[in-house]
Amino acid sequence: MNDFLNDLPLFVQSIGETLLTVLISLVVSGALGLVLGVVLYVTRRDGLLQNRAVNIIVNVLVNIVRPIPFVIFVIAIFPLTVAVLGTYIGVPGAIFAISLSAAFAVARIVEQNLVAVDPGVIEAARAMGASPLRIIVTVLIPEGLGPLILGFTFVYVGLIDMSAQAGVIGGGGLGSFALSYGLQRYNYTIIYITVAVIIVIVQLGQFFGNWLARKALRR
Amino acid sequence: MIGYSGAGKSTLVRLINALERPTSGTVLVGDDELTALPERRVRAVRREIGMIFQQFNLFSSRTVAGNVAYPLKLAGVGQPERDRKVAQLLDFVGLLEKAHAHPEQLSGGQKQRVGIARALATDPKLLLADEATSALDPETTADVLALLKRVNRELGVTIVVITHEMEAIRSIADRVAVMDAGRIVELGDVYDVFAHPSTPTVARFVATVLHDRPSPETVQRLRAAHPGRLVTIAVLDQKGFTGLLSRVFAEHGVENQIVFGGISELQERTIGALTYELTGEPARIDAALAALAAQGIAHDEEAAA
Ligand SMILES: Nc1ncnc2c1ncn2[C@@H]1O[C@H](COP(=O)(O)OP(=O)(O)O)[C@@H](O)[C@H]1O
Ligand SMILES: [Mg+2]
Repeated sequence: MNDFLNDLPLFVQSIGETLLTVLISLVVSGALGLVLGVVLYVTRRDGLLQNRAVNIIVNVLVNIVRPIPFVIFVIAIFPLTVAVLGTYIGVPGAIFAISLSAAFAVARIVEQNLVAVDPGVIEAARAMGASPLRIIVTVLIPEGLGPLILGFTFVYVGLIDMSAQAGVIGGGGLGSFALSYGLQRYNYTIIYITVAVIIVIVQLGQFFGNWLARKALRR
Repeated sequence: MIGYSGAGKSTLVRLINALERPTSGTVLVGDDELTALPERRVRAVRREIGMIFQQFNLFSSRTVAGNVAYPLKLAGVGQPERDRKVAQLLDFVGLLEKAHAHPEQLSGGQKQRVGIARALATDPKLLLADEATSALDPETTADVLALLKRVNRELGVTIVVITHEMEAIRSIADRVAVMDAGRIVELGDVYDVFAHPSTPTVARFVATVLHDRPSPETVQRLRAAHPGRLVTIAVLDQKGFTGLLSRVFAEHGVENQIVFGGISELQERTIGALTYELTGEPARIDAALAALAAQGIAHDEEAAA
């Protein structure tokens, strides 16, 4: 316990790093995945912007990236990370890898939720003379918002998992902390405290997501 | 517009606002040749054509007022004018007090009223209604039809209605098109089409709407109970018609009994058919039927079993 008190400032810093990594990754992968998911949805057969070629390309891309285990994915894109950021270590490297990997998962989740939107309302907007882009922004996404928020909440939990894994290969945050100060010093107290904090971060996010989704769905 | 399910009614209506494009031929709406316009210009034309749907298709993410305001936003109408117009439309359909409600808080009939208000927002000259009352109960259907009739009479909007309900045809239609296998097989004044169907297909369909002639299955069932000759006579729009029939049969010593039939009113005129079981000497029955024919009263004899 004494050890832990000594390490407290570093522990707090690690929490900050994890939160920063997760939140920025959520925004970046959320935006990127939303665009990819919408593209997947609208280019389907009989979609708003039906386009077989684009649909196949994005589908294949998503199918290639998604099954790769994250630890391997991080290492595999080191060259790309270095090319973009100049380094693969630390919080920025972790954010880059996590955002990219998660974007493809988000794309599928977004696509699935948009498929569930009543095609009738899209037809109604078309009949009113709305352009495809306008329909996407003012009808499609608002109509699917509740499930989309739940989807993003699901992703958020996954991001915390990924951020811990990124920590193992030098990405900072609670993952790194548990590894260097817990595992390597055989200090299980530190590992358990870290786990407890992660659980709290997950729960808070899940509650917030559920609350937002309920507001969007008005129930 | 009437016709069996799968006849192509929805497809034809969707051609009118170019939600669907024909493989050949042209679509003219007013002075616009839709088939010659690029998608951008077609969108502008669509704003001039309202559409309502069987499942209402309201935006669940918007309030009632938000739904009605949507087409106005598309048309670039500014906020103050938009608010004024939305209030006016909701007042017209009798839902002003529901402006801030969300669609899921409304009954089916109220939802369709909102659908109608939304479709009218941009003052279209044309309103397309694809089975707009098919999801409603009879009472609500009558309310919505009355509203559509006001839209037609008071606002001068032409309405293309797809329906399979006699009630809808009776209360709002002036002209009717009968569709079969992707074609319009009959087009004309409602009473004329219903009273004098030109082809057996139209006659069969008209009978399913009017419920005035027995189906082959019904004829079989009637036969089991009624050994006499079964004759179906179209009811003409004239006073004392059934009395006249009874008199002619009596004069010829033919016993008669009505075993099936339906009489309704269409454009303030009587329409329908009655199926009689006639018993007596065959020669007398023939003479009675000939006497009726001489007065312009035609009949169809149901084929013997
Ligand atoms: N003129 C036509 N030529 C080719 N296919 C048609 C035509 N009219 C309708 N169809 C097809 O027939 C099917 C049923 O048409 P639909 O308009 O939904 O019928 P309804 O609304 O009368 O039930 C659709 O698949 C449609 O594409
Ligand atoms: Mg249809």
